[in-house]
Amino acid sequence: MIGALLRRDLAQFFPFAGSGAALPLVFFLAIAMLYPFAVGPDANLLAKTGGGVVWIAALLAAILPVESLVRSDMERGVFDQLRLRGMAEEAMMAVRLLAHWLSFGPPLILAAFPAAALLGLDGPTLHLILIGLLAGTPGLAAIGLMVAALTASLRAGAALSGLLLIPLALPILIFGTGALARQDPISLAFVGAISLGLVAIAPFAAGASIRAARDV
Amino acid sequence: MQAPSAPFLRAHDLACRRGDRILFRSLSLDLAVGDALHITGANGMGKTTLIRSLAGLLSPYAGHIEKEGAFGLLDDRPSIDPDLPLGKAIRFWARVDGCNDILPAAQKLGLDDLLDVPVQYLSTGQKKRAALFTLLNNDAPIWLLDEPLSGLDKPAIVLVTSLIENHRNNGGIAVIASHQTVAIEGLKTLAIEDYAL
Repeated sequence: MIGALLRRDLAQFFPFAGSGAALPLVFFLAIAMLYPFAVGPDANLLAKTGGGVVWIAALLAAILPVESLVRSDMERGVFDQLRLRGMAEEAMMAVRLLAHWLSFGPPLILAAFPAAALLGLDGPTLHLILIGLLAGTPGLAAIGLMVAALTASLRAGAALSGLLLIPLALPILIFGTGALARQDPISLAFVGAISLGLVAIAPFAAGASIRAARDV
Repeated sequence: MQAPSAPFLRAHDLACRRGDRILFRSLSLDLAVGDALHITGANGMGKTTLIRSLAGLLSPYAGHIEKEGAFGLLDDRPSIDPDLPLGKAIRFWARVDGCNDILPAAQKLGLDDLLDVPVQYLSTGQKKRAALFTLLNNDAPIWLLDEPLSGLDKPAIVLVTSLIENHRNNGGIAVIASHQTVAIEGLKTLAIEDYAL
């Protein structure tokens, strides 16, 4: 049952699979492409600030899929049907978290290569960005899932989810870019720790939100 | 596949509310193998709330529910992905229910010609039949049907009625919430108005 659900979720969220699933990736690259046009071709400035821009782009790209993550399946009664077939909401959300991260984390990490080239980042910086994204994107995916489940039954959920997600993602951004400023990977350990904590609580928080939404 | 012990569904002194309003109270029911219950009532009286409470998706305000056997729920949401072709969409549910061959059930419901059509292009009645497909494949002993006949044409209504008959004869239980008449022999009726405040 879990395998079937994971397969379906991946087919729904993987880039170029369905409607708008590639949007976060395109958005991420668009920011990396536009930034040099906006600040000018000063290679020093770009190399100094480019790493932070990549992180901001990753964070903003994480907001995009939140709207479609939980809402449509809740409206269609998919979670109710799975519940009646004996699957816990926590398990559904754990599967969704994995599918969401797989369709958003690794593509973003791959897209960091062209983004680094566009911003003229050097090797060590790219190295720190790649490790940082690997450690940070699971946390971003977990925040996205929790926010999506919390706002799924609200009418203005889409607007609200962006506002909710950004402050929650701040610690990941601070420690992720902190590593770049000091060229020291130690703060990426914090990013990983925050991510692990978020991944651990996300299925429970999101599962409880789905149950609570039935009573509304 | 039959549950090891005989399925039953009992509710004692059930009261349900929506928002601040109590919809009905002191509602009891007792259904055993082969029973079918028709819940009647006007719109907004709480038929859907009762069905969802029996399914365990809503917690009742008072009273308790006992059951043996799994629930199969059919409501106004077919739970199939609108972007996918019908065959792919229902194959997901077939896989969840551990069934690999979707053709027999699809033929029974007259869906076999529609398997390549995206779900969003199907009519209301065709979507309803797709939802019935997931119900049939699920093979749960207790059927909770919320308006199973809405949007269906006459032959489809006859088909659904015979499916419910079959299910009863095979030792299942059916609870049907509908404002339409359901032509099934030995059907018990529960008018939800009798329990309203």
